[in-house]
Amino acid sequence: MKSYALSAAVAAILAGTFLSCGSSNKEIKIGGVAPLTGEAATFGASSKQGMELAIQEWNDKGGIDSKKIVLAFADDKGDPAEGATVFTKLIQQDKVAAIVGPVMSKVALAGAPICQANQLPMISSTATNPKVTEVGDYVFRACFIDPFQGTVGAKFALETLKAKKAACLFDVGNDYTKGLSEFFRDGFTKGGGEIVAFEGHATGTTDFKAQLTKIIAAKPDVIYVSDYYNDAALIAKQARELGYKGTMGGGDGWDSPKLTEIGGASVEGCWFSNHYAADDTTPVVQDFVKKYKAKYNAEPDALAVLAYDGMNIMLDAVKRAGKTDGPSIQAALKATDFSGVSGHVKFDDHRNPVKSAVIVEVKNGKVVYRATVNP
Amino acid sequence: MGNFKLPRLLLAGLIFFIIVMILSPDMTGALNGYFMVIIERSLIFVILAISLNLINGITGQFSLGHMGFAAVGAYVSGTFTSIWFKLNPHTLSHYPVFMICIVIGGLGAAVVGFLIGFPSLRLKGDYLAIVTLGFGEIIRTILNNIDYVGGPRGLLGIPMFSKFPIIMLFAFLTVVILRNLVQSSHGRAMLSIRENELASELCGVDTVRYKVMGFVIGAFFAGIAGGLLAHLLTLAHPTQYGFLPSALVLIMVYAGGMGSLTGSVLAAFTLTFLTEGLRVGIDALPEFTIASQTYKIGTEWTMVIYAILLILIMLFKTEGIMGMRESRILIIEEKK
Repeated sequence: MKSYALSAAVAAILAGTFLSCGSSNKEIKIGGVAPLTGEAATFGASSKQGMELAIQEWNDKGGIDSKKIVLAFADDKGDPAEGATVFTKLIQQDKVAAIVGPVMSKVALAGAPICQANQLPMISSTATNPKVTEVGDYVFRACFIDPFQGTVGAKFALETLKAKKAACLFDVGNDYTKGLSEFFRDGFTKGGGEIVAFEGHATGTTDFKAQLTKIIAAKPDVIYVSDYYNDAALIAKQARELGYKGTMGGGDGWDSPKLTEIGGASVEGCWFSNHYAADDTTPVVQDFVKKYKAKYNAEPDALAVLAYDGMNIMLDAVKRAGKTDGPSIQAALKATDFSGVSGHVKFDDHRNPVKSAVIVEVKNGKVVYRATVNP
Repeated sequence: MGNFKLPRLLLAGLIFFIIVMILSPDMTGALNGYFMVIIERSLIFVILAISLNLINGITGQFSLGHMGFAAVGAYVSGTFTSIWFKLNPHTLSHYPVFMICIVIGGLGAAVVGFLIGFPSLRLKGDYLAIVTLGFGEIIRTILNNIDYVGGPRGLLGIPMFSKFPIIMLFAFLTVVILRNLVQSSHGRAMLSIRENELASELCGVDTVRYKVMGFVIGAFFAGIAGGLLAHLLTLAHPTQYGFLPSALVLIMVYAGGMGSLTGSVLAAFTLTFLTEGLRVGIDALPEFTIASQTYKIGTEWTMVIYAILLILIMLFKTEGIMGMRESRILIIEEKK
C-alpha cells in the first residue's frame, strides 16, 4: 500500500500548488506565450524579451490607470497540444485580460479557438499563416502575412528600382516561398510589369544553374528569389557565376547573418523586405534598439520587435478600452491606430495589420536600411 | 437481486466520472477549464500508455513509433469528420458520427499496425526499436508531403468534439478491453512470448499471430487516442507525432511499470499533472536577489526538474510505480 500513500501525497501537493493562485484588482495580467524549449527556443527567447521590455516601459510610466501590468508567461514548447493547455491555463487559472503570442502558426491555430470561445483577445506576434486570424474575431496578429510581402517586393521593384521585367525563383515544396513568389508575380503584373520567367526548384537541391540559365536568357531587370537565406545565398552565387549583373530580391526568409556569410560579394546590392531595420533612423526604432541593447546586451531581431509591438498594441488597446473585459479590449483593438517599431499599425477586416514594410539592402557585407514601403 | 454488485472497475470509473462532472465548470465550477484540459489530456495519455504497454510491456516487443499510429488515427478521423460536417452541416446529433469517425481512425491505425507488425516477426529488441522509430518518422514525412491534409501546415479546421464525457468513455472502454484481453488466455499467450519466445512456441503458442495481434490492437487504441487529441485541439500537425512525443509515452509505460496496466494509468495521470504542477509551481516562486541582481526561475526550468524527478523515480523504483502488479480494481473478479 506504500505506493498508494505516495501517490496520494503527490496528488495532494499538486492540488495545493494549483489552488494557490489568485488575481488582484491592483494589477492587469497579460498572458504571454512563446516556445522557450524545443525546436524554436531561440525565437521564443527573443519574443519573451520583447514582451518584457514593453511591459517594463509601461510600468515605468505608471502602468494603466495606475494599475501595474504583470506578464503571466507560459512556455508552449512549440507544440500545439502544449499550446492549447497553456492558453487554457492563462485564461482559466491566471485569469489574464488578453494574450500576446504565440510565435508559431501551428500553436496559434490550437490556441485561437480557445481565445475565441472565451471571448478573450489574442494578438500573435509572428504567426504568418493567413488561417490563424480566420478562426474568429478575437484573433489578431502583429506581423504582415505572406501575400503582403510579395506585393511589397513587387511595388519596390516597380517604383524604386524602375524594373520592367522580373523573374521569380522559388522552392516548389515550401508553402512560404511558393506563395511569396506567386504574390510577387501578381503584384508585379498588376503594376504594369512583365514576368519573364517563373521557375521552381526542388526542395533540398544545391544546384540552381538550370533554372538560372533559363531566367538569365530572358533578361530580367530583377530576379525575385523567395527562398530562405541559405538557398538564396547559393542562388545569388550561381547567378553571378553565370554572368548575371542585375539585382536580386527576396522576403524576410533572407533575414540571417548567414546570408552574407555564404553569399559574400554575390549578394552585394541585393535587397529584401523585412519587418524592421536596426539602422532605420526613425526615433521610435532607434529608441527601441538602444533600450533593448541596454537591457539584454544583444541586437534585437524581428521576433523581438514584433513581440514588443504586439504587446504595445495590446496594452494600448487595454488603455483605450478603460476596462479589462474581453469584448471591450477587442473593440479597442479593432480601432488600433498605433505607431510601433515595425511601422504604423491599423487592422483590416481580417484583423491583419495594415502597415509598412521595410526594404533592406546588402551594402559592404552589411544589411542596411533602404526604404519603407507602404501598402 | 440482493447479491448484485457492480464490478469494481465500473464502480471506480463511475465514481471518477461523477466526481469530475460535479466539480466541472458546467456544474459547481470547483475545477476550472485548465483542470479539465489536464484531466482530458491525462485520459488521452492513459489510452496511449496502456496501448503501448500492450506492445512493449505485455507482448515484450519494443516500439518507439507509437505516436505514428496516433498520427494515422488523428488524420483519418479528422479528415472524416471534416468531410462529413462539410457535406451535412445540419447533422443534429454529431456525437454518434464523431464516435464512428474516431473508430474509423482507430481502424486505419490498426491497418498500419498490421503492416508494422510483420517486421516484428523477424526482428527483436534494439533492431525492432529502430524499425519502429523509422516507421514513426516515415509517417511524419508522408503527412508533411500530402497537400490534401495540409502538408507542413497541418490538418486544420477539425471540429471540436472531444469533450470530457466522450474522452472518459473511450478511455474507460480501452482500459476494460485491454484488461479483459490481458487476463484472458490470449493475454497469457502474449505474456509467455515476453518471458520466453522459444519456450512459448514449444508449448504451442502461435507466436506470429500474437505478436501481430499485439501491434494491431495497440495501434488501434493509439489511433483512437490520436483522433480524440485532434478533435480536442481542432488541428493535427505532423510535428506532434515525432519521436519525442513517442518517447514521452514510452516514459509513462516505464515509469508506471512494464506490464502493469494500473501502472500506466497512474503514470499517465501523475506525469501529466506533474508537468502542469511544475509549471504552476515554478510560476509561483518569488524572485530572489543575489549580489543586487534579481533572478527569477523561469518556466523553461520545468523540463529540467521534470527530468530530475523522473531519474529519481527510476533510481528508487527501478520497476516503475506499480512494477508488474495490478491494482485489485483492474483484476477480473471471480464469480462465486
